[in-house]
Amino acid sequence: MNNSVGNTARLLGAGLRALLVLTVICGVLYPLTVTGVAQTLFHAKANGSEITSDGKVVGSELIAQRYDLPLEKGQTTPTPDLRWFQPRPSNGLGENSVNTQYKLLLSGATNLSGANKDLIKQVRDAKAAIIKDNSTATHRLTPSDVPADAVTSSGSGLDPHISPAYADLQVHRVAERNHVSVARVQKLVDENTDGRSLGFMGEPRVNVLRLNIALRELTTRDGDGS
Amino acid sequence: MSPVLAGVLQLLALIAALALAYRPLGDYMARVYSSKKHLRAEKWIYKAIGADPDSEMRWTAYLRGLLAFSAAGVLFLYLLQRLQGALPGSLGFKSIDPDQAFNTAASFVANTNWQSYSGEQAMGHVVQTAGLAVQNFVSAAVGIAVAVALVRGFAPSRTGELGNFWADLVRGVVRVLLPISVLGALVLVACGVLQNFSGIHEVGQFLGGTQQWNGGAIATQEVIKLLGTNGGGYFNANSAHPFENPTPFSNLFEIFLILVIPFALTRTFGRMVGSIRQGYAILATMATIWLGFTALMMWTEFHHGGPAFDLAGGAMEGKETRFGIGGSSIFAVATTLTSTGAVNSFHSSYTGFGGGIQMLGMQLGEIAPGGVGSGLYGMLVMAIIAVFIAGLMVGRTPEYLGKKIGTREIKLAACYILVTPALVLGFTAVSMALSTPKDSMLNSGAHGFSEILYAYTSGANNNGSAFGGLSADTDWFNTTIGLAMLLGRFLPMVFVLALAGSLAEQTPVPKTAGTLRTEKPLFTGLLAGTIMIITGLTYFPALALGPLAEGLAS
Repeated sequence: MNNSVGNTARLLGAGLRALLVLTVICGVLYPLTVTGVAQTLFHAKANGSEITSDGKVVGSELIAQRYDLPLEKGQTTPTPDLRWFQPRPSNGLGENSVNTQYKLLLSGATNLSGANKDLIKQVRDAKAAIIKDNSTATHRLTPSDVPADAVTSSGSGLDPHISPAYADLQVHRVAERNHVSVARVQKLVDENTDGRSLGFMGEPRVNVLRLNIALRELTTRDGDGS
Repeated sequence: MSPVLAGVLQLLALIAALALAYRPLGDYMARVYSSKKHLRAEKWIYKAIGADPDSEMRWTAYLRGLLAFSAAGVLFLYLLQRLQGALPGSLGFKSIDPDQAFNTAASFVANTNWQSYSGEQAMGHVVQTAGLAVQNFVSAAVGIAVAVALVRGFAPSRTGELGNFWADLVRGVVRVLLPISVLGALVLVACGVLQNFSGIHEVGQFLGGTQQWNGGAIATQEVIKLLGTNGGGYFNANSAHPFENPTPFSNLFEIFLILVIPFALTRTFGRMVGSIRQGYAILATMATIWLGFTALMMWTEFHHGGPAFDLAGGAMEGKETRFGIGGSSIFAVATTLTSTGAVNSFHSSYTGFGGGIQMLGMQLGEIAPGGVGSGLYGMLVMAIIAVFIAGLMVGRTPEYLGKKIGTREIKLAACYILVTPALVLGFTAVSMALSTPKDSMLNSGAHGFSEILYAYTSGANNNGSAFGGLSADTDWFNTTIGLAMLLGRFLPMVFVLALAGSLAEQTPVPKTAGTLRTEKPLFTGLLAGTIMIITGLTYFPALALGPLAEGLAS
């Protein structure tokens, strides 16, 4: 009996020593080495692919942002600022419940099923709002013009892209609000549309932050000229 | 090009990449686990452990070493989380509560990586890098070790010896997982995955104001999370988060990492039992099921049945624009047919049938191709069952690879396949019968039932993905899913090692005209049929109440 207790203790000791040695290798040496190489070779990417505009960092190429009007007094859900291209909805982000010290960028999906009443309502409301916001005097939209990505939340809630169809749909509205021609805005969208990688990987997409930066450059340049 | 065609081309590219890696990696692993030589670094490690890597172990000794190592892992990870608040480099995160710390420790040691916390809200650099990521390595190496031990049981000796656990563990980490991880991590960083140790910091925004980011050793954790079929995300959104999976190429690369070792191990198996063609028969079974599931998944997701998806015009809820339906479907099948459980799109928002395919993938026992190591040993146990059934049909004592499948062997194999269904169906039934667990459901009706069935399926099969609507951070779910993960991982290992020990004691019987040719396509068909029938009969009633009901209603 004593012998078997002793054996078990010896074995657990060996297990613990093995774990500690492997922790030094896989948990300290490996990440430090790779971080050193990554910071040397891919400095910008290893630190979040930040984008600058006018010499200031305006976010990451990979992370979506909101383009909303400032909140009015008593208002809880912000109104989108329709001068700018709008990203996909993100209805899934939770509250930061654990780390109260920070207001971190949180990721998360809605996890709602296709038959869920809340999701049906979210999609219906989003569709109605998009048709209303994007119809101009000369350009009327119908429900079938609205692509799926425009009315659904992404998995991360931080999807930096929209489909080319959703970008095209916003062109008339953005042109009108910024007092520039539809053709010039459409050209911006085309310039900022990425095709599939190598022609077949992933889906065609438009990076909303890059597009809005290009839009701001266009409008401020025009503003200077006039 | 249509999205469907692009999806098919991505699948073909993936198959080509896996085929290229199959022979070199499979042969390399066979050499790693057969070699008598030790690297200098390994000798130093054995000295630190105090183990003799050259002593052969019988199955009981092998199992004791494995359990002692895993118990130390659970204890260490539990304490690390409980002490997080006092550790430096924790970014101000609090210590984790006892029930959640137990759940997470069990989860990562059992190669499951079920997460009832959100990474970016709960875990600092120390726990992520020195705790969770380390278990990603070692739990994967333990899985491969058990598979290799079973394969050695089929080898033509009658010594009862299965090799040395410490040597298999250390070689798996040092010679297989680490080298691939270093290269893979750099590929991911080149795509845009973060790799730094910055604290939480502010980054400017387009319309003013700032957003707060936490950096971390994300690429190094991401690569082993996939390569070791672990699946625990650095961030809550897992591989859907642009900082974990930034581009369509990184997406395909991550799917490749998930599948490459489990498939290549069939080659290792063939090499080690002295017949490459036996490995091909196992590979063919795995590949057939994997391709069939992927095709079904693409069909149902592009078809997008379900009121909200019909209204939206596509099943894009919970999916990222850059991956689209095709890239998301391929990932979802790869992650649930292995024990990975990483997600690049949210499974709860798949169509009813899509959710059913994910659940059935896990319920097959994750053997097509399955987790690293666990896929191979799970499939070999099914092969023993298939051989047994064939033997019953012709009235002959069954044998597999020259070893007789007698009463003891078939009892152990039967115990193996009963463990997970008992855990899944038992815990699901109790949860539905009690009053409070149901409060955790986000969706109601058939989908709500699916959330709970999915949780225990994922836990007991060591997958770790979730129908995320379930609020699983409760005492009940943390405790019962934690138990399901531990029992679902280690009980089958006990039976596999006992089986290996029993096989290793036998002298091989010579092949005769009446021997079932297990390297032929006929056997591949028999094996695939056995898997589908056994699993189908076990889980069909539960699936009918959940995903089938939901899919047929839409």
